[in-house]
Amino acid sequence: MIDNVNLYQPRSPTWCPGCGDYGIWASLKNAIKIMNWDLDKFVIVYGVGCSGNMTDFIMSHGFHSLHGRALPNAEGIKIANHMLNVVCVVGDGDCYGEGGNHLLHAMRGNSDIKVLVHDNRVYGLTTGQTSPTSPHGYKSKSTPLGVIEYPVNPLSLAITQGASFVAQGFAGDITHLITLVTAVLKHRGFAILNVLQPCVTFNKVNTYTFYRERIYKLDDKHDLRDREKALSIVSDPGHKIPLGIIYQVERPTYQDQEIVLQQGPLVKQIIKNPSEHADLLAEFSEVEKESYHMAG
Amino acid sequence: MNITWKIGGEAGFGIMSTGLMFSKIAVRHGYNIFDYVEYPSLIRGGHNVYEVRVSDSPVYAQEKKADFLFALNRETVDLHKNELKDGSIVVIDREKFDVNSADFPDGKVILYDLPLGKLTLSVGADKVMENNVALGATMAIFKMDLAVLITIISEIFAKKGEEVINKNSKAAQAGFDYVTSHPPKNFLLTLPKKKASTQMIIAGNEAVGLGAITAGCKFFVAYPMTPSSSLMHFMAAHGQKNGVVVKHAEDEISVINMAIGASYAGVRSMLGTAGGGFSLMVEGLGLAGITETPLVLMVGQRPGPATGMPTWTSQGDLHFVINASQDEFPRIVLAPGDAEEAFFLTVEAFNLADYYQIPVIILTDKYVGESHFSLKVFNLDNLFLNRGKIVSWEDEDKVEGYLRYKITDDGIPVRAFPGMKKAIFTANSYEHDEYGWSSEEAKDRVGQVERRNKKLETYKKTIPDPKIYGESDADLTLVAWGSTKGPVLQALKDLREENYPKKVNFLHLTHVWPLPVPHLESILSKAKKKLIIEGNSTSQMASLIRQETGITFDHKLLRFDGRPFYPEDIIIKVKEILS
Repeated sequence: MIDNVNLYQPRSPTWCPGCGDYGIWASLKNAIKIMNWDLDKFVIVYGVGCSGNMTDFIMSHGFHSLHGRALPNAEGIKIANHMLNVVCVVGDGDCYGEGGNHLLHAMRGNSDIKVLVHDNRVYGLTTGQTSPTSPHGYKSKSTPLGVIEYPVNPLSLAITQGASFVAQGFAGDITHLITLVTAVLKHRGFAILNVLQPCVTFNKVNTYTFYRERIYKLDDKHDLRDREKALSIVSDPGHKIPLGIIYQVERPTYQDQEIVLQQGPLVKQIIKNPSEHADLLAEFSEVEKESYHMAG
Repeated sequence: MNITWKIGGEAGFGIMSTGLMFSKIAVRHGYNIFDYVEYPSLIRGGHNVYEVRVSDSPVYAQEKKADFLFALNRETVDLHKNELKDGSIVVIDREKFDVNSADFPDGKVILYDLPLGKLTLSVGADKVMENNVALGATMAIFKMDLAVLITIISEIFAKKGEEVINKNSKAAQAGFDYVTSHPPKNFLLTLPKKKASTQMIIAGNEAVGLGAITAGCKFFVAYPMTPSSSLMHFMAAHGQKNGVVVKHAEDEISVINMAIGASYAGVRSMLGTAGGGFSLMVEGLGLAGITETPLVLMVGQRPGPATGMPTWTSQGDLHFVINASQDEFPRIVLAPGDAEEAFFLTVEAFNLADYYQIPVIILTDKYVGESHFSLKVFNLDNLFLNRGKIVSWEDEDKVEGYLRYKITDDGIPVRAFPGMKKAIFTANSYEHDEYGWSSEEAKDRVGQVERRNKKLETYKKTIPDPKIYGESDADLTLVAWGSTKGPVLQALKDLREENYPKKVNFLHLTHVWPLPVPHLESILSKAKKKLIIEGNSTSQMASLIRQETGITFDHKLLRFDGRPFYPEDIIIKVKEILS
């Protein structure tokens, strides 16, 4: 049986005091506890960034990937052992910038992985440059005159590209965030949770106050399967920020549709002795049929 | 006996399949073959040429001049008219274009008019079946047994049913009958059925795929890129039946990272790519290096950099694959010289990758990957699988105090897999301690780097000696690696057959990184004269040998125009050095 203590290793987090990462970290550990997952039931794949540093603050099967590459690592793991729950802990620069192409295609296939994005709208670990989700005009060390591009909308991207679970949370509301992370962990298929996470050191625009003035929670009447409604919610021109599960549908996962996996997890499938592959050789054989059969 | 059969024309005629069918026909008549294909990076309209060299003794490489040319268009004649032996035969369809003997200034050729289009129509066959008319005609010209082609047709179209088989067979018969009743004058070469075939025909890339499945590969991932795509096609066609998940990922970065993920989770994983795709994978190679995740990569070389010459051959990526990635970590590079070595080295690559927990690169190229070889059917009996030091699933709850990156004498730690009840660890792209926690402590850094490096020292004691062909006390020692093996072996054979008086031997390297230094030193330090032959412009292997042994080469034969070496050019160089 797992509890928060099992998941915690003696190192203290290195995040800045007040960082939104603490809230996400607490929510993930609590959600794993709620799911009642033992250590053999899940693996966490971390990207590189302040978010990925969570690697060292959770003791479980873990893979600390490269910047941007957590998703393809996770997809490979899920294909090799689809009985494992595969969770990705990534950041906005990590997942929407460096790894944007991987995100697009993992969603397209509805690969059964669960992605928690720490979206602080800034590159924290490299001291505060603009990120793919920074607002237009955002001034940073890399964009002193203000960023020219408009931000990526990860939620509308996810809804239109095939994610079967799309949600948004706020690192300043841990109670709500725990319910969202738990829902992510329960979902079968590609699930993405964008967590709005203030960076208290570098982002002086998207602060706790900024978010508290704009967020609202979707109520029970919200129809999770209504794609058009979901899209209109995430493209609110009034700049209200929705929290909650925005879109959720059931559809077959990539792994459901991979026919080889129907025989059980790849990692547990039998490996034949090399000499049992004579049938494969036969395809290339030009040996005259009768003598080939005689040779056995 | 040595005959080269060649067919050329526009892409779209089915030249590739026609050429391979002729290889099969020849082997089923009891001969040996080597075939070689040239084509541009186009789907339609470009010039394709397929040549099959046939012999009653082993044949290792293509030759410059052909005995038979089936010219499907005028361009084929223009491009290949100087590559014909005296007395060779050129088959054309005069209704499509005309040539005369003045078009062949280089020598006497026999022109033969085959009404290919008309014959195809006359038996009610479709235009796509013209290739069988051509093959039937070829077989009559060489006095071969048409029943062999009919059998091949019925095998190829077995799933399409009787009607398709009959139509194609009729087309073949029409070509055969036409030539039988209009025999070419003065063409004397024949390929009568000699004996029952005991061989297989396989291309290098297919042999790599066969090796991967035989080695228990469970996950294969790739992104299309010549000359590696035919490996992906082989794996995709055979994956389901053999329990291999085959994934065409969105890009090469994803390819290597998916492979790393699957291997970390416990299955043997492989990817296929070309030099250009490997360029994108370099970051991931480092991830496999520092997380010590076993990985088998087939990298097919072609001329570059950037897009280069996609459908041609090269040996220009040797230094690149050995040195790719920032900083240092161990890896092994194997370079097969033919399809047989491609098969056995692929099985070996999986064992080495698992045993040392490192990336192993199988470095091929267009020449070895897409050429077909006739070979004795591979013997699987002595193959074994070695997964190295791992926590087995049976012991997943019995492990105490597990440390994934534990310092060990041979440098090799014990692997465990996510999903195990105990043996928890972090596979970490950051430098780490023995558990896997990120660490920037000097002691952890030095300990881990030294341990990882030690794996290669352990491996170096086991590298097999390179093969030496020919006599030991030679006047000249030829050195080549990977796919250059074939042309060199053919040159040696041709020199022997012409009773060349000087002694020449050949050292072939398949284990190109790390090099088998002690053996290489002992052979090369005693060699009277040395010639390095390789497919790049800066003699990368010669530099590598000098780096590792201090030995230098006085003579070099380099080629980097995208074409393979020809035995004839090697012979000229040998004679020049020994004159």
